[in-house]
Amino acid sequence: MTAVRIVDTTLRDGSHAIAHQYRVEQVETIARALDRAGVWAIAVGHGDGLGASSIQYGRPRHPDAELLAAAAGVVERARIAIAILPGIGTKQDLEAARDAGASVARISTVCTEADIGIQHLRLARELGMLPHSHLNTAHLLDPDGLVEQAKVVADAGSEAIFIVDSAGAFLTDDVRRRVAALRAALPDEVAIGMHEHNNLSLAVANSAAAVAEGATLVDTSLAGLGAGAGNCQTEVLVAVLERMGISTGIDLWTLQDVADRIVRAEVMQRPIEIDRLTATMGYASVPASYLLHAIRAGERFGLDPRDLIVELGRRRVVVGQEDAIIGIAAEMADPAAAGR
Amino acid sequence: MSADGRLRVAIVGSGNIGTDLLLKVERSPHLVVAGVAGIDPDSAGLRLAREHGHVVTDRGLAHLLELVDDIDLAFDATSAASHPQHARLLAGRGIRSVDLTPAALGPAVVPPVNLSAHRDEPEINLVTCGAQATIPIVAALSRVADVAYAETVSTVASRSAGPGTRQNIDEFTTATARALEAIGGAREAKAIIILNPADPPIMMRNTIYARIAEPDAAAIETAVADAVAEVAAYVPGYRLKMAPLVADDVVTLMVEVEGAGDNLPPYAGNLDIMTAAAVRVAELQAGVAA
Repeated sequence: MTAVRIVDTTLRDGSHAIAHQYRVEQVETIARALDRAGVWAIAVGHGDGLGASSIQYGRPRHPDAELLAAAAGVVERARIAIAILPGIGTKQDLEAARDAGASVARISTVCTEADIGIQHLRLARELGMLPHSHLNTAHLLDPDGLVEQAKVVADAGSEAIFIVDSAGAFLTDDVRRRVAALRAALPDEVAIGMHEHNNLSLAVANSAAAVAEGATLVDTSLAGLGAGAGNCQTEVLVAVLERMGISTGIDLWTLQDVADRIVRAEVMQRPIEIDRLTATMGYASVPASYLLHAIRAGERFGLDPRDLIVELGRRRVVVGQEDAIIGIAAEMADPAAAGR
Repeated sequence: MSADGRLRVAIVGSGNIGTDLLLKVERSPHLVVAGVAGIDPDSAGLRLAREHGHVVTDRGLAHLLELVDDIDLAFDATSAASHPQHARLLAGRGIRSVDLTPAALGPAVVPPVNLSAHRDEPEINLVTCGAQATIPIVAALSRVADVAYAETVSTVASRSAGPGTRQNIDEFTTATARALEAIGGAREAKAIIILNPADPPIMMRNTIYARIAEPDAAAIETAVADAVAEVAAYVPGYRLKMAPLVADDVVTLMVEVEGAGDNLPPYAGNLDIMTAAAVRVAELQAGVAA
């Protein structure tokens, strides 16, 4: 079996879990350790991607370019990766990220809207970055539908296509069928990646299943730090892959040390775990990035965030639509006042 | 101008937008269809225009200009790539044009806010649907407060987002943001667009955030209500979905746009607000609705 490349996303998806408040020193410490441990790439920046500094998604403590430059300044081997959602981030943001040292551009679209990523995939290539695609909120499509969209970005030059389970809603068989369908339909030179959330306690199992079906890239986070119940835990997946006889070239102890001593001890604010809120997100198929927004809206409008999460799922919200939380909360809190 | 004083309007483009414009112009008591130009002989839009008895050509605008010589104004509902050529042809004949493509050659216009400043321009551009839906509100806020920053999130149904938006999504967000500043009066602005594939399709929804120091909630509520009524005068499905919420220095509100359901389905309020704005410009030029 071919080697698996790990893209650690502690410094990007993990940003959701701390309302995008990373400090430069934390980014340097974590990036240095990940590089030493041997991960292939380190994703850095606002949880909602480049250019997402906003009222809608939250203001970060530091602009993306500053954090990217900090990470790029301490690594020797690892690539620095960014995420960008067309419709939120722009070409200028991508250029600034490249200038700050990023060399992998993950163009993220809702899985049904792959064609809106073409413009940015081409630009990433022109800028000399590796163009990768994230098809997010992937539970919205069946395997055939996902294949159709994957072909759109493969044709546009995407070198890797990630199935992004933004809601942590996939069961293991859902992942197996989708990876197998993509692998069968796409040219060999297009790699398949998996990005999981642990809302149903399946992130590691689903990622390992994706690898067994032919995925060669996996997004992971130290101590699972990420949106909702977190991502596939880097140091656990690496151990599981070793047990599966798959090489990652990664030093496990170094990962465990930074996960426990830095991420858990100094970065994590709210425990990354499956509680009534995060489990409800997986159950109701709501993007994990909505967690802190739903908690805040619940407090602001005096609602149980679970009721909000279930209603969001019923309305089929997608990644990026965080404003729907306030709209729905205002309606639920005072149906008569909404639209007055 | 026709004998009965109605403005004679040509429609360039026979796709979804062109056809929706056709139905709106037909319905307007102040406008009359001077002709429809397309390039696809099999298009449903040209067929419909022919059935309705209009002068029609499938050989483009140049041919329409040979067939019809008394055109007061033209709507360009083709593409950003074709628009410059159309603009030259129209300008050569002294015909004013309203551009619904993202070409952005002429000044950006949002009818209730700045049309009067551009009445004499040979050509105007309608920016984006996001701009048409949000700028009237931001401009209203700017009239009663200093808007340090405006941020808009427009969520539209996937099925209503055409190839122009999809291939140039960066231009959409950038053009909307710049117009929020230049026309809406925000000192700084950011625009976001989200495509949602839910079925049945969702209506166009716009969330508007504005950062305003010491916001006066009552003045804001009145200004927003007035702006909504002004837009609803020409986009009947434009409504306040969430009244302004004030928290510290951030005002948040939402407007929804339901389309009139002419040629486009009612959920496509994002397209309807563009065609309705174009017709509004023509009617104001006809001098009747002002």
